[in-house]
Amino acid sequence: MITFMNNSDSEEEPCNERTSLMSAESPPVPSYQDGLQASEAAEAQAHRKRRAGSSCGPNNIAAGERSGSSVPVREIALENEEEELTLKYGAKHVIMLFVPVTLCMIVVVATIKSVRFYTEKNGQLIYTPFSEDTPSVGQRLLNSVLNTIIMISVIIVMTVFLVLLYKYRCYKFIHGWLILSSLMLLFLFTYIYLGEVLKTYNVAMDYPTLFIVIWNFGAVGMICIHWKGPLQLQQAYLIMISALMALVFIKYLPEWSAWVILGAISIYDLMAVLCPKGPLRMLVETAQERNEPIFPALIYSSAMMWTVGMAKPDTAARGPSQQTWDAAEDGREHLQSPSHAESQMSERRSPVPSRPITSLEELEEEERGVKLGLGDFIFYSVLVGKAAATASGDWNTTLACFVAILIGLCLTLLLLAVFKKALPALPISITFGLIFYFSTDNLVRPFMDTLASHQLYI
Amino acid sequence: MTLAVFFGCTFIAFGPAFGLFLFTIARDPLRIIILIAGAFFWLVSLLLSSLIWFIAVKASDPQDERLQKGLLIFGVMFSVLLQEAFRFLYYKLLRKAIEGLVALSEDGCSPISIQQMAYVAGVGFGLMSGAFSMINLLADALGPGTVGIHGDSQLYFLTSAFMTMVLIFLHTFWGILFFHGCEHRRWWEIAAVVIMHLTVSGSSFCNPLYVGSLVPSYLLMAAAAVWAYLLSGDLHRTCGASCSVYGVEPAPSQDPEALQDVPVPIHPYPPLSSWRQDRPSPSLQYLFPGLGDPGQPWRGRRWSAVAARPVWLRLAHSNAPLGSRKTSQFWGTRLCWPCRELSPS
Repeated sequence: MITFMNNSDSEEEPCNERTSLMSAESPPVPSYQDGLQASEAAEAQAHRKRRAGSSCGPNNIAAGERSGSSVPVREIALENEEEELTLKYGAKHVIMLFVPVTLCMIVVVATIKSVRFYTEKNGQLIYTPFSEDTPSVGQRLLNSVLNTIIMISVIIVMTVFLVLLYKYRCYKFIHGWLILSSLMLLFLFTYIYLGEVLKTYNVAMDYPTLFIVIWNFGAVGMICIHWKGPLQLQQAYLIMISALMALVFIKYLPEWSAWVILGAISIYDLMAVLCPKGPLRMLVETAQERNEPIFPALIYSSAMMWTVGMAKPDTAARGPSQQTWDAAEDGREHLQSPSHAESQMSERRSPVPSRPITSLEELEEEERGVKLGLGDFIFYSVLVGKAAATASGDWNTTLACFVAILIGLCLTLLLLAVFKKALPALPISITFGLIFYFSTDNLVRPFMDTLASHQLYI
Repeated sequence: MTLAVFFGCTFIAFGPAFGLFLFTIARDPLRIIILIAGAFFWLVSLLLSSLIWFIAVKASDPQDERLQKGLLIFGVMFSVLLQEAFRFLYYKLLRKAIEGLVALSEDGCSPISIQQMAYVAGVGFGLMSGAFSMINLLADALGPGTVGIHGDSQLYFLTSAFMTMVLIFLHTFWGILFFHGCEHRRWWEIAAVVIMHLTVSGSSFCNPLYVGSLVPSYLLMAAAAVWAYLLSGDLHRTCGASCSVYGVEPAPSQDPEALQDVPVPIHPYPPLSSWRQDRPSPSLQYLFPGLGDPGQPWRGRRWSAVAARPVWLRLAHSNAPLGSRKTSQFWGTRLCWPCRELSPS
C-alpha cells in the first residue's frame, strides 16, 4: 500500500488555489445603454489615444479601471469596443480552453481504458482514511461523507496557509513548495506512469534509457513551468501534470468518496472564489492589487503574446513595448514588468522575432487570454476518468460527461465575459457532469442497450 | 473481430461527418461552440426520453414480451418527437443568440447567419446521435467475438455503420429544413422533418431485414439533401444574381493619427430579403441612408471605427477594391439581420 508522506501535502495545494477561472484583466462591465452617437465621437478620440497607448493598452485598462482614474469618454468608447472584442475573443478563447481540457481528458480516459493499474484498488490516501468496504449502504455513505469532510478540510487548510504565505510575501517558501510539488509530479509520478504503461504493453526498457528519458522530461518540465519556455510546451507540460494528478486521484479515491468529493469541492470552489473572504478570492485580489500574476505553476494560460511594435511607426507606441521586450530579455520575474498577466507569459518564452501587426485590435486580441486553474483540469479529468472507469464499460457515459463538462465550461466563460472577474470554473461543469453521469449510467444506458440489441435507431 | 472491422466501421460511420467538421466547422470557434451546444441539446432530449421509457418499463411487468416491445416502440417514437422538440428549442436559443451577437457587433451584422447555424446545429445533433449509436459497437468490435454466431445477422457492424452515417447526414439536412421552416413559419416543412424522422426510426424496426431500413433511409436522405440544397442554393442563386455591392465608403476620418494606410474593404450588404420573403423587410434606404449611391460617404453608426475594425472582420471579405461590384459568397457573407435597433441617423 502506498501512502503519501506529509510532505506531499504539497500535492493537495494544486487542488485548492488552482480552481479559479479568471480573465486576464478586469475592466468593468460596459453599459450598453450609453448613447451610440456619443460613443462615435469618443471612439475617434479613443482610437487616437489607443494607438498612442501601444501594447500596454490592456495594462492601462486593467490598472486604470482598478484605480478608477481613466478618462470617462475613453472608458465608454473602450468599453463598447471591448465588449465586442470580448465576445469575439470570447468564442476564440472558449476554444482555446476546450482544446487543452479535451486533451487532458483524452489522456486520462485513454490511460484508464488501457492501463489497468489505475483502476485497481491498491489502498487509499491518508486523506481518506475510512474504508468503503462495509456491507451496509448507510455505513458506506457515512464513510464517504467523512472522507469528504477530511479531504475538504485538508484542502481548506492548505489554501488558507498558501494565502497567508502570499499575503505576508513569503515568496521563497511558496516557490520552494511549488518546486517540490512539481518535482514530485514530473519525476516520481511520471516514472510510475511510464512503468505502468510499459508493463501494459509489455515493452522492455533498460534503466539507463529510463533514466535519460525521465531526466530529460522532468528537467525540461521544471524549466518550462517555473522559468521560461515555449508557450505550447509549457501548456503541454501543464496538461500532462494535470492528467497525472487526476490519475492519482482516480486510483486512490474510493468510489463513493470520489463522487461526494467532486460535489463538495465544487461547492467549496464556489464559496472560495465568490465570497468576500474566500481564500481564493483574496489570493486573486491580492495578486491583482500588487499587479503580479498568480504563480505560473498553478494556472494554465491560453494567451498568445506578441510583445512587438505595430505597423505604424509610433515612437510612443514603441516605448512601452520596448519596456516589455526588455523585461522579457532580462528574464526577471513579474515584479518589475508592466505586470500584465500576459506580459508574464512573454518572459517565459524565448524571444520571438518582431512581426508587424496591422492593428491595435489584433494586438490586443492576441494578448488577452483566459486563464484556467490547474485544479479545474484535474477535477474535470477525475470526473470523466471515473466515468470511464466505473460506468460498466460504457462509452456513452464518458461521452455524455465530456459534453456536459464542455458545455459547463462554455457557460462559465460566458459568465466570465459578462462579469469580467475571477469566477469558479468547477461548479457548473461538475454539476452538469455529475447529473449526466448518474442519469446516463442509470437511465440512458439501459435504453440504448435495448435499442442496440434490436438494432433500432432513434 | 478485427482491427479492419473497427477502422472500416469507424470511417464509414464518421468519415463524412468528420470531413464536414474539418472543412466547415473546425476553423470557426463560434461554430464549434454551436456544434457542442447542439450535441448537448440532443443529449438532454435523449435523457428525458430515456427517463420516460425507464419509468414506463419499471412500472410494467418485465415478463410480458409484447408489452415490453410496445413500450420500446413508444419509447422510440417519443424520443424522436422529443428530439424534434429540442431542435425547436435550440432554434429559439440560436435566434436569441443571433440577436445578442448583432447587438454586440460593430456594424449591426451577426458574424454567423441562421442558415449556417442551422447547418452546424444539424451536424451537432447528428454527431451526438451517431456517437451514441456507434461508439459502444466500435469498442466491442475491438474485442474478441464472432458476429451473428447465434443466428443473428452477420452484417451487424456494417449495417450499423451505414445506418449511423445516414442518420448523421439526415440530422444535418433536417436541421437546415427545420430552421428554414421555423424562420418562414412554414409549418409543413417542420411537419415533413418530423414525419421523415419518424419514418426513418420506424423503418429501423425492419432490422435485420436491412433492405427495409437502409434503402428507405438512403432515399429519404437523398430527398432531404436535394431539398436542403435547393433551400440554401436558391438563396445563393438569388443572392449571387441580384446582389450588388453597395459601394459605401467610410467617412474620411478627421483624425490625423488615423491609420490611413489600411485599406478599408467594402462591406457587402446582400439583400435582406433572402430568407424573409414573406415578411415585410425593412427598407434598406431606411436603415442605410444615402445607400444607393456608391461613393457617397455613409453616415451609419460607428462608421468612424471601421478603419480600426478587428482583423476577423476584414478577413471575412476578400480583397475587393473600393467601389467594385462583387457577388457575395454564401459562406463568406455576413448576412445582415434586419437591424431594428439601428437608428437612421
